[in-house]
Amino acid sequence: MSIMSKDKNYTVVEAPEGVAGHGFFATTLDKAVGLARKNSLWPLPFATSCCGIEFMATMGAHYDLGRFGAERLSFSPRQADLLMVMGTIAKKMAPVVQQIYEQMAEPRWVIAVGACASSGGVFDTYSVLQGIDKVVPVDVYVPGCPPRPEQIIDGFMKIQELVGNEPLRRRYSPEYKELLESYGIKIDK
Amino acid sequence: MEKIELLQELKSKFDRNIIAVDENADIYTLTISSVSVKPILSFLKEEKDYQFLTDLCGIHYPGREKELGVIYHLHNLVENKRLRIKTFVTKANPKVESVSQVFSAANWMERETFDFYGVDFVGHPNQKRILNVEYMDYFPMRKEYPLEDATRTDKDDKFFGR
Repeated sequence: MSIMSKDKNYTVVEAPEGVAGHGFFATTLDKAVGLARKNSLWPLPFATSCCGIEFMATMGAHYDLGRFGAERLSFSPRQADLLMVMGTIAKKMAPVVQQIYEQMAEPRWVIAVGACASSGGVFDTYSVLQGIDKVVPVDVYVPGCPPRPEQIIDGFMKIQELVGNEPLRRRYSPEYKELLESYGIKIDK
Repeated sequence: MEKIELLQELKSKFDRNIIAVDENADIYTLTISSVSVKPILSFLKEEKDYQFLTDLCGIHYPGREKELGVIYHLHNLVENKRLRIKTFVTKANPKVESVSQVFSAANWMERETFDFYGVDFVGHPNQKRILNVEYMDYFPMRKEYPLEDATRTDKDDKFFGR
């Protein structure tokens, strides 16, 4: 990394561990791919309520999630890496969240932003799903009601950490298949 | 003035079906029998110009003999007059004739009242739950269920004072 930014007044992302030499840099494939993936995560903003508004602020110029590579939001799950569920999910909406998750291509991550997505929040009622982890596997939970943009960014950075360190064969492992089956999510391999 | 004439006309036409008349903030409230809902509402719409159904909702008063109620709010746009009509039914036989043929707005509002109170609207073209999940087997707005989600597995009673 220091090779790249020696004379510049900006920093680029940190390189993973590896062997550097004159004109080459050797690292594991996992880490190289992880580096590329984590700095270009395309989120799907599944914004339902107030947390969605905080996310709008996060995407704005002041807090700028685009700095982290998440500039290109997609509302199509087929083109997204990260499902950001932000807001209260009603029981009627739960199968829809699962359907959206199923349509995403591997590798995919889920972040539950806010108290309602994490656990139902204040709404412990007949109509609110008590946490989206009842229908999809969640990687990072961001608490808050609503969480400030800085907190959402912190959650995003934790996702980046997970993405950067993920082994390449994780999605084909039996544990992962078991996890998806426990949610009733179909795997089409 | 016109309101009192209207009441007298209704009284003479529907006599025994009008159970009570009340007034609150310039809006007359009629309590009527559940069988006369459609005739009275049709009469008010077609002949008395109460063409706007502002609201149709349900209510549950536990402890009364006729616990479930359906409340209609009508508005006469020509003379700017409002009318509230209440009708009560028992939980054992919660049938009220649907007014969706009279007012199209009543369609979804009756579905909502069915969804939350279990009032059966006879003659409704599509009486099924509108806001809740289809497999829900109770009527949430009746005052006989716990306030919290019964399917919740992770709440520890000792933290919540129980």
